[in-house]
Amino acid sequence: MLEQQLVNALSLGCVYALFALGFTLVFGILGVINLSHGAIFMVGAYAAEQAVARFAFPLWGALLFAFLFCGGVGLVIDFLVLRPLRARNAPHLIPMIATIGVAIILNNGVQGIFGAQNLRFPSGLVSEETLSLGGMSLTALELGIILLSFVLMTVLLLVLKKTQLGRALRAIAESPKAAYLLGINVEGLFYLTSFAAAGLGGVAGVLIGLYSNALFPLMGQPMLHKGIAVIILGGMGDIRGALLGGLFLGFAEVLSVAYIGSSMRDAVAFGLLFLILLVRPKGLFGTLQERKV
Amino acid sequence: MDWFNNFWSVYSNLVLTLGTNALLALSIYLTLSCGMLAIANAAFMGIGAYASALLTMNYGLPFPLAMAAGMAAPALMAFVIGKPTLRLSGVYLAMATLAFGEVVRIALLNAESITGGALGLNGIPQSTQWWHVALALVLTLALLWRLRRSKVGRAFESIKEDETAAGLMGIDVGAHKMLAFVLGAAIAGLAGTLNAHLTFFIGPSEYGFDRAVDILTMAILGGIGNLTGPVIGAVILTLLPEMLRSFKDFRLVVNGFILVLIVLFLPKGIWDPGHFRQWFGRGGRRA
Repeated sequence: MLEQQLVNALSLGCVYALFALGFTLVFGILGVINLSHGAIFMVGAYAAEQAVARFAFPLWGALLFAFLFCGGVGLVIDFLVLRPLRARNAPHLIPMIATIGVAIILNNGVQGIFGAQNLRFPSGLVSEETLSLGGMSLTALELGIILLSFVLMTVLLLVLKKTQLGRALRAIAESPKAAYLLGINVEGLFYLTSFAAAGLGGVAGVLIGLYSNALFPLMGQPMLHKGIAVIILGGMGDIRGALLGGLFLGFAEVLSVAYIGSSMRDAVAFGLLFLILLVRPKGLFGTLQERKV
Repeated sequence: MDWFNNFWSVYSNLVLTLGTNALLALSIYLTLSCGMLAIANAAFMGIGAYASALLTMNYGLPFPLAMAAGMAAPALMAFVIGKPTLRLSGVYLAMATLAFGEVVRIALLNAESITGGALGLNGIPQSTQWWHVALALVLTLALLWRLRRSKVGRAFESIKEDETAAGLMGIDVGAHKMLAFVLGAAIAGLAGTLNAHLTFFIGPSEYGFDRAVDILTMAILGGIGNLTGPVIGAVILTLLPEMLRSFKDFRLVVNGFILVLIVLFLPKGIWDPGHFRQWFGRGGRRA
């Protein structure tokens, strides 16, 4: 039984990590706690569902469509809302409040268009086959989630670590001003970050939509709370931390459901978070920046 | 007076909610004015609401006593968690308090034998009169106004500007932060008590993440430079959904747009005296 739980935990943790990745990317590079990330996650799931239901997209096409669509939404949000606030150097709480407004618009817009009831992906979209590996069974969907998440995260990590683009992004995370003086196109990379982060959030939305087989306008809100928990577990703005934090939360949740009971599932996540903050404010894997006087 | 009676019978709940929301916005203003981004106020409101409602329902305690308990319980809780939590600063404090809020909500949800679980508490006596809310608001405003001009208020302000410098000047940073945190919790508990005895029913979902963010939004939107801002922010955010009823399904979408527009064009909040001076040409430079 334990092996089976571990497989479930792995696929759940992967999706958490994928979601938190975009969240932490925006915090690390733009310095904004983007509370509309949960709504973008939901928009991704709806976009894929519509692509499949109306235009008969195959699954990979729907995933790509959700990525591009959400990326576009992220770009529009950045251009219309975050850029003007950056331009006038608003204190850091202000962009956060603005993203709350964006989340309200997206959540209620989708509810207005599609109604509050649950939508489903058409059956047969994902093959029902299961893979048996020494006593535990792995559905095609779980395998796909794990593989896709790992591929996306590896690509992102490699880009950040090895390429010129990644070095530029890390320079911006240190100090946008210094990066600008070094001739880095800061504004352009802000757009790129918003695009990629929202796209990843959208893909996570499709995966959770397939996994739980229920889409509803507020499906992003619990995810947003967990995303916050994950990036704190991993250390704010830390990519590897988001990855490990996501997996950690996935395992903590599944194991607590298995051994303590399902009603305390969310309490475990947040209780853990509260304790970790008290003991290790920089997160489990993060490094704390010294305050400069 | 007929029109007034009509108006009151339809809108009395809304008007009193304005009052309790203003109290909530002021409660978070207090911690913000001390430079702390603590978002546990929804949880403190919930603790106050449950504590007082349980006392009036189960033990028939008179309302004023229940109100006192509804303020004392969250204040005590704030004192207990304040010690370890207030060492954190900035975003980390925000996240820790948010996490605490979720823990409180889930605890309320799971302690079914006492709190009724997800069904909440039903049949709370409706003891809140309009003048209770008005009096609470006036007293809170008077207290905070007096506080701003006192030694303590100035200490808050210097901690907000620069914690290290304030400490070096001999201000006991920890104690002042704790005071702001505990006092804020008591005000939030008062709002929770008044609200619970107004609405007849309370449930754990009312005191979750969304409420916490709502409270913060009210204060920031109104402007946290002075006492008027949070009250105005609370009034606007409470009335806006009501005034947009004609948009039906999309009224909250419009609500969101208005919120974004206000943030974009008035980033210091709606009530920004610097702006007024600029607009009406009385000379003063923007702060």
